[in-house]
Amino acid sequence: MQPFASKATTPSDDRRWKMVDATMRKHGNEPSALIESLHTVQESFGYLDEVALRYVAQSLRVPYSKVYGVSTFYHFFTLKPQGEHTCVVCTGTACYIKGAQRLLDTVGEAAGIKAGETTSDGKVSLLTARCVGSCGLAPAVVFDGQVAGKVTPDSVSQWLGKWAKPVESRAVVAQ
Amino acid sequence: MKKQVQIKTLKIEGRDVSATGEQTILQVALENGIQIPRLCYVEGLSQFGACRLCLVEIKGSNKLLPACVTQVEEGMEVTVNSERLANYRKLILELLFSERNHICSVCVVNGHCELQSLAVRLGMDHISMPYLHPKMTVDASHPRFTLDHNRCVLCTRCVRVCGEIEGAHTWDVKGRGMDASIIADLNEPWGNSESCTSCGKCVHVCPTGALFEKGKSVAEMSKRKQFLPYLTLMRESWQ
Amino acid sequence: MNLEELKQIAEAEQEAVAPLENTVRVCVAASCLSSHSDQVKAALQSEVKERGLEHKCRVKGVGCMGLCAAGPLVEVAGERSTMYQAVTPEDAQAIVGSLGKEPVKALVLPTAQPFFASQKKIVLENCGIIDPDRIEDYIAAGGYEPLINALATMTPLEVIDEVKKSGLRGRGGAGYPTGLKWSTVQKAASEDGKYVICNADEGDPGAFMDRSVLESDPHRVLEGMAIAAYAVGANKGYIYVRAEYPLAVKRLRDAIRQAERTGLLGNDICDTRFSLRIEIRLGAGAFVCGEETALIASIEGNRGQPRPRPPYPAQSGLWGRPTLINNVETYANIAPIIRNGGAWFAGIGTQKSKGTKVFALAGRVNNTGLIEVPMGITLRDIVFKLGGGIPEGRKFKAVQTGGPSGGCVPEQYLDMPVDYESLAEVGSIMGSGGMIVMDETSCMVDVAKFFMDFCRTESCGKCIPCRVGTGHIHNLLSRISDGEADGADLELLERLCDMVRHTSLCGLGQSAPNPVSSTLRYFRDEYRAHIDQKRCASGACNIQKPAGVEA
Repeated sequence: MQPFASKATTPSDDRRWKMVDATMRKHGNEPSALIESLHTVQESFGYLDEVALRYVAQSLRVPYSKVYGVSTFYHFFTLKPQGEHTCVVCTGTACYIKGAQRLLDTVGEAAGIKAGETTSDGKVSLLTARCVGSCGLAPAVVFDGQVAGKVTPDSVSQWLGKWAKPVESRAVVAQ
Repeated sequence: MKKQVQIKTLKIEGRDVSATGEQTILQVALENGIQIPRLCYVEGLSQFGACRLCLVEIKGSNKLLPACVTQVEEGMEVTVNSERLANYRKLILELLFSERNHICSVCVVNGHCELQSLAVRLGMDHISMPYLHPKMTVDASHPRFTLDHNRCVLCTRCVRVCGEIEGAHTWDVKGRGMDASIIADLNEPWGNSESCTSCGKCVHVCPTGALFEKGKSVAEMSKRKQFLPYLTLMRESWQ
Repeated sequence: MNLEELKQIAEAEQEAVAPLENTVRVCVAASCLSSHSDQVKAALQSEVKERGLEHKCRVKGVGCMGLCAAGPLVEVAGERSTMYQAVTPEDAQAIVGSLGKEPVKALVLPTAQPFFASQKKIVLENCGIIDPDRIEDYIAAGGYEPLINALATMTPLEVIDEVKKSGLRGRGGAGYPTGLKWSTVQKAASEDGKYVICNADEGDPGAFMDRSVLESDPHRVLEGMAIAAYAVGANKGYIYVRAEYPLAVKRLRDAIRQAERTGLLGNDICDTRFSLRIEIRLGAGAFVCGEETALIASIEGNRGQPRPRPPYPAQSGLWGRPTLINNVETYANIAPIIRNGGAWFAGIGTQKSKGTKVFALAGRVNNTGLIEVPMGITLRDIVFKLGGGIPEGRKFKAVQTGGPSGGCVPEQYLDMPVDYESLAEVGSIMGSGGMIVMDETSCMVDVAKFFMDFCRTESCGKCIPCRVGTGHIHNLLSRISDGEADGADLELLERLCDMVRHTSLCGLGQSAPNPVSSTLRYFRDEYRAHIDQKRCASGACNIQKPAGVEA
């Protein structure tokens, strides 16, 4: 198979590829559109898989190795599927001083995972961010996209408990 | 009408030398037989400016400048050798030797290695920090060549020669910091690469035994990177 | 769009609010939002509606009011202005009920305190007052008048002159004279055009100044970029924003769209021949992309690896063309400078550091949040007056300024003026404005180790000194912190710091040793205690004392 011989074909009928195409088109299908396009892929699919990387590389005429190099340089991008729920603990200076490590340890004890890992049942991913800009409310944690401030080990445990419940009973717990 | 070429005069190591237009300090030094240690620079490829071995002192500034990318200025006074520079160069080399697993005695380029030659020239025969002993792999999937990550110094000559001269851009770098490493295509075994043309350019510009030809035993591989300025010259005359 | 039409929009806005007796401002910037201030706003709005008070009272979302630790913040502006703290949706009844009467005592946040009273707001003057989602509000506050005046009545060189007169220095950290930078880009020849870039990567952990400005007053930044583009001759602009700031990205996107629709961005702005299109580019989690050349590499779609300088971006930047890069806060100062004149700005601050600076106060201090103060204010005033001192009666130990590129300033310098030169003299830097206050429970070895870990993980890996050096320095600091180091380790540590500082390719590596050398300079005894006595006085380190060793 020759790479880049002709126009790249969309990997599947999945409508999410249209979002990716739109981003690439918005930036003129130029090689410089790479990072913006990868952002759209990750937003739409949750992570960057090999199929997506090949498609973007062919569409933008960027060498495969360069696409891989860019995907792995930036920590925002992930090449592995994330868990159903994500818990991002901020490890910036203000949060560190206010005990971010204890929060990481709490998740470690309760769910058995370290930063960058996902629980074996695929339910929870633990990530760290170098600073989410909520330093006035340190320590901060982002639970499923929601920023929470002044987080304590107890509130972390509560979130984990909520996520561990099967969906039906979770509906009863939710407010 | 021919474009006016500007001539500049400057001093390197106390010697008066002249330079044309946009030449770099390194180019002028080498032209005049003055050696400056370097690792990521290769004539014929774009300058990377990353190894920091070619840093020189400029009179009137306390900033050290990389000779490979710094253009000469009229009246510049360049110091290539000083105690301070010697100490820094040695320490930088020590860091390299500590970073991965460089074992000359069993290496295919023993005796023909740019890293080894640098160590000998700069008088570095032991290191002051602990060896990191990372676990690195060897990719022997290609029919003719092998990539041994233990010996790689991340100079990116392979990336540049494949991207700029051969045009295939098979190689690039993944990750960052000390987790960075050379990859082919989408981090696939070299032998499975769709873009590689097996031209061997990367093997011959590689300064260490990281990239080598199969079938060569210890100390048997010597590199020939003279093809590079030759190719550059031939391509210029086409245009 | 011309000055006439702009004034008409402003007047229309002012007329609409004239009959109101009260405006209730609810902070909807990131920190308060994370404490559900959107629900507070909704509750207040429905309470006003239920009581039929819409014609007398407007509830609006505004940007950051500064005292993030006390959020969600609500300000009732009217005949009597009151600020409320820690507001919940349940308080809506009481607050609306108190309009025109006695305020709700339990929720009041006194604004007579130094945190509010001692600030001087230029960059933040609109934050917490205007609605960041409405360009009309920005125009009503005088926005975009400086731009139109500059385009209609000043030449590019006159604009640059005004900026030079102001003495404004880059607020991203390095403090390079802004007028000089603009002048260099303006003079650079280019047949292919020039660019203006706004560095909104704000990577310093502990810094959230830029974030607040972008979320609370995005048009201020756009206006500054437009004036800059006019001055240097650029027609294309990029704002490089961290992906970790989705709200800022959204507000900027909306603001750009509104400005284009109003004719303040785009082709032939305000019937002149000046055109400017601004695009947003997302970062993706790399601190090094706050460095100018790495940022440029990122916009070009590459790995964010810095390039050797010279050549500087002013000569050869984005795609090899002359490029002006300035920080968010720098651009936010431009409109007021053009409005009031460079001399006005130069009248604030110290001799070499003009104007104000926004600081993000965090750590062991009572009032964490954002403050804007004139250059030259003392550290003591910042920490103890505005900051309200150290909680739980603990003792002040040091202030970390400048993030991972900066240093710790100890107690003996509390009375020094905060400006570029003084901070450099004591071994730190102004940086982007992050200020982390530390008390006796912080271990300086641990702090140095934290910052070196950060630099090590963020190192791009291109140059050897930074890539490998930061790793070894971190290992040494870990050994010291764990009580496993000896004197030779300390010596190697200092040698490596010196080498990394002087031989690294970019600012990340060059300044990575700063926290180490700064803590060694003022807290050497702590290092020695860890090494000689295997003791960590603050208790932050995990030192296992071997049996029989005296504490």
